[in-house]
Amino acid sequence: MLNMLGLKRDPAKKPNSWRTDNLPAWGLFFVFPWIIGFIAFTVYPFFASLYFSFTNFNIINFTPRWVGLDNYIELFTADPLFWTSISNSIRYTALLLVAVTIFDIFIAYLLSLDVKFLSIYRTIFFFPVLVPVVAASLTWIWILNPRFGLMNGVLDLFGIKGPNWLASPDTAMYSIILIAVWGSGRQVIVYLSGFNDIPRQLYEAADIDGATGWQKFYRITLPLLSPQIFFNVVTLIIFSLQSFSEVYIMTQGGPANSTLLYAVNLYNRAFRDYAMGYASALAWIMFLLILGLTLIIFKFLSGRVIYER
Amino acid sequence: MAALQNAAARRDMTREERRYFLRRRLNSLLTHTVLIFFGISFMLPFVWMVSSSLKPNIDIFELPVRLLPKTLRLENYIDATNAIPFWQYLWNSTYYTIFATIGSVLSNTFIAYGFARVRWRGRNVLFIIVIATMMLPFQVRMIPLYILFARMGWLNSFLPLIVPNFFGNAFYIFLMRQFMMTLPRELDDAARIDGASEWGIFWRIAVPLSKPAILTVAIFEIIHTWHDFVGPLVYLRHPTKYTLSIGLRLYFTQYGAEWGLLMAAAAMFTIPMVIFFFVAQRSFIEGITLTGLKG
Repeated sequence: MLNMLGLKRDPAKKPNSWRTDNLPAWGLFFVFPWIIGFIAFTVYPFFASLYFSFTNFNIINFTPRWVGLDNYIELFTADPLFWTSISNSIRYTALLLVAVTIFDIFIAYLLSLDVKFLSIYRTIFFFPVLVPVVAASLTWIWILNPRFGLMNGVLDLFGIKGPNWLASPDTAMYSIILIAVWGSGRQVIVYLSGFNDIPRQLYEAADIDGATGWQKFYRITLPLLSPQIFFNVVTLIIFSLQSFSEVYIMTQGGPANSTLLYAVNLYNRAFRDYAMGYASALAWIMFLLILGLTLIIFKFLSGRVIYER
Repeated sequence: MAALQNAAARRDMTREERRYFLRRRLNSLLTHTVLIFFGISFMLPFVWMVSSSLKPNIDIFELPVRLLPKTLRLENYIDATNAIPFWQYLWNSTYYTIFATIGSVLSNTFIAYGFARVRWRGRNVLFIIVIATMMLPFQVRMIPLYILFARMGWLNSFLPLIVPNFFGNAFYIFLMRQFMMTLPRELDDAARIDGASEWGIFWRIAVPLSKPAILTVAIFEIIHTWHDFVGPLVYLRHPTKYTLSIGLRLYFTQYGAEWGLLMAAAAMFTIPMVIFFFVAQRSFIEGITLTGLKG
């Protein structure tokens, strides 16, 4: 971790010519706006949210009233939507992680093979990133329209009767995952840059030693791609656990709560029901979940990431 | 001449060599087939958006589904701008994007310099805190900030969306710091010997040399604000303040079946980003590569 941020001291380097005993004055001068913002927009909401999670809000004048652990007790024992949304979010994140990682590494690998028209392909796979989330979501609702949409129209050509996609609890989750894979072009670009950084000579040397394709992938590609995989996996997990907009626009969590992601449920409780205290408790559970997962990933993965070549 | 040489070379090839070249040909064919298949699949949603935006209403609900329009109805675009206060929404989105981007560029360049180029006690500890704030989900801060801005009377204005941008963002600080760390330190030392102040080094050396990173932050922020849905959804409740994101979704929830107009509006919402991408294509790709960067 420290290594990744460039904070680890390199003992081989000669002592820096910079004076390290500088007064913090200039440093603080530059960092000052961040400190103000940090206190106002991070520290304050952080503790306020923790406090709110032990209160109930009066909707009329917005004053919190202390209720102790009531919100947390209700959440774990009396709120089926909490469990539904948490399991939906974990399922969504896990499936998306597998789908995006395999698909994007595969596409980036193909693009790294000196293909003709590279820049056109790259633009195409990046293109969905440019479509605003509302425009993309509306387009997908229309594509996945069971009767008049493009998707089932294409399936019709092959004699397949397409499902109801977003309108059926069996397929809605897979539909939103499909859409998220479509929008994952940033990851392709990151993986592609990783592939391009791997020195060709390594593969040539492996060829001379008679390595098989799988050995080359496992012993050269995977380790040297590990910084990009690590970066993409961590950001994907953090972002998809917070995923909100697409689902809120396309399904509002339905049908039958099959796509009710954690963040959608939280938003509904906060801004539809104005249960701000309860929603704050939900937010804190989410924070602890993300924190825990991130720490686990760092513990298990960061040791395997290879930065030096 | 070249053909002759080729033929000669081919005659000299052994069987193994010929097999090797054949295999490479086949591999390349396979690669292109796969890429073309996925490339077309990835573009189809966009094609469908534009095609639907040009179809008259009777053709929208036509079976079997037709990919390209039979008759073009460009009036959909004019009708879309009349069905919703399109220009008002467009202006609101533009306003939000411009000021949010100005705030991000100014603050993050400034702050990153303090973390990358000035040495001071406590710097690394503070930087680790910057990184740690990235793990704090937006949802944790959302409710207290909403209440705070409500008490300040900032709801239904762009202030809650724009003002925080002037105080830095962890991800952008990280990105810019990593970039600034790679600039040669000798430049700073030389300037210092020439009597430049810390401010002079920032303004005359770090800022000009960090242009790629500044551009990256600007690009990311423009995309982010133009796309932003959650922020306006939470803070903007008055129709005159709606951005395109909110306005378009509202129109959809009210008139769900007007697909011709909806797709025309969606296309007009998307086109500025497409133009922007082609103007700044190189910086786009470089910027994304910059984020996945290694130690």
